[in-house]
Amino acid sequence: MPVPVFDVREVTFRYHRVMALDNLSLAIVPGQRVALLGANGSGKSTLLRILDGLAFPEKGSITFCGEVLTEERLQDSEFTFPFRRRVGLVFQNPDVQLFSPTVFDEVAFGPLQLQWPREKVRAKVEEMLEVMKITHLKDRSPHHLSTGEKKRVTLASVLVLDPEVLLLDEPTAALDPKSASQMIDFLIGLRGGAKTVITSTHDLDIVEDIADQCFVFQTGRVVAAGTPTEILRQTSMLEQTNLVHTHRHVHATGATHSHPHRHPNKH
Amino acid sequence: MNFLERTLAGFLSAMEHALDAEDLAKTHGLLQRLDPRIKVIGILTLIIGAATAHKLWVISAVFAIALILAASSRVSPLLLAKRVWIPVLLFTGIIALPAPFVIPGRVVWRLPGLGWPLTAQGLLSAGYLVTRVETASTLSVLLILSTPWTHVLKALRVLRVPVVLVVILGMAYRYIFLLLESACDMLESRRSRMVGELKGPDRRRLAAASVGVLMSKTMQLSGDVYSAMLARGFRGEVYLRNDFHTASLDWIMLAVFAALAAGALYYGR
Repeated sequence: MPVPVFDVREVTFRYHRVMALDNLSLAIVPGQRVALLGANGSGKSTLLRILDGLAFPEKGSITFCGEVLTEERLQDSEFTFPFRRRVGLVFQNPDVQLFSPTVFDEVAFGPLQLQWPREKVRAKVEEMLEVMKITHLKDRSPHHLSTGEKKRVTLASVLVLDPEVLLLDEPTAALDPKSASQMIDFLIGLRGGAKTVITSTHDLDIVEDIADQCFVFQTGRVVAAGTPTEILRQTSMLEQTNLVHTHRHVHATGATHSHPHRHPNKH
Repeated sequence: MNFLERTLAGFLSAMEHALDAEDLAKTHGLLQRLDPRIKVIGILTLIIGAATAHKLWVISAVFAIALILAASSRVSPLLLAKRVWIPVLLFTGIIALPAPFVIPGRVVWRLPGLGWPLTAQGLLSAGYLVTRVETASTLSVLLILSTPWTHVLKALRVLRVPVVLVVILGMAYRYIFLLLESACDMLESRRSRMVGELKGPDRRRLAAASVGVLMSKTMQLSGDVYSAMLARGFRGEVYLRNDFHTASLDWIMLAVFAALAAGALYYGR
């Protein structure tokens, strides 16, 4: 059994009095593609922030590749520099992540903070812009970009560090169908690679494509875990966790019936 | 136009001005082709030349140079008149207005009815103030219109402006647009649900509430942005890339700027 990339044990986290994670435990092994499924407010984003060392639980522990992740540990440059290079988080709201004046500066931000040599920074940034097909945007200011372009820039700004672990918070949220499809194609492309990819989403349509393992969240707890096929079969559990809903509609014959519904564009 | 519409129009106009300036900075004029650092130094020396000159013709000559730079950089006089000359004339004019009446000297005219004396020395002082401010403002706006704002900020490093200040100003410029959009959305949604005119106290309440909501959003955003910076290795020290390159035209123009500024200093003594 390999050492887990992340081992989360009995973690509790609150925003003031609101419980976000409640005695949560889970382990993620290297190379695994994981989907954190859950309705809004179920604790997925909070877990991603904790895994990225941006928030710290009031109870419980987290280890990253066997090393305990604490606030004190992240004050230590010896640990923080490699940790920030090895773990990358793509935020749900791209505007939060795009704080630099131009796209090039944005992608270069991480490498510059890790004090890579200037020439290496330039070469890596140009390579990443090419890979993400956003070279034509390099001198543009983020406020001139569409949401799909912004998402691609945020992904480039994290991937430029070549992280071993990629944390993605709702990567297809607010994207038009074409941009969402491009994002999913990219995530499918990570299949079989060396990266561990942890994606938070409530879009069940993409789960089989982007994950080998799923954890279903409800009010800060994991209520189900398994492969995408196993999880998608549990219709009543998905209904209880607000991931699918009962859809009632009228057919051309006039007959009305209802059934669990998860595809926004299919019946 | 009611209070909400005026505020909304103001926000949109601010955004349009910024976008116009960015478009102009992308054209291929003389100033646009220069290294931003050379532009900052060159224009600053011309401003110093105009500000320290004690002869009206010297200040006017620097103003003429600004006009030549504007023409060669595809900045229209109409744009300069709207953005700089008229507002500066109104603002500085009010400040300079008492000077011709209060500065002692040779009386050239008396105000009918009141009999207040208008002196030649006073007129000259007012003329100095207005021409100096018009010249300095024209040169400053030329720098902004011919250079993307982000390059202006980075070029300030050549004047030893601390890197942290450059980064903060850059981020402020980035997020001001997001907050302007947010403010526009808020006002539009309010307008879509309103019938009739707002009374004075209601307007003030609405303005205060909007400011409060924006403040709260700003606080939330700043926390999230800080997290995003931490996530990519930020640990309190900021590192910037510097990709400016000087070409022979830059050095020629730097020499021209220096010669003109030296001329202004010499003849303007």
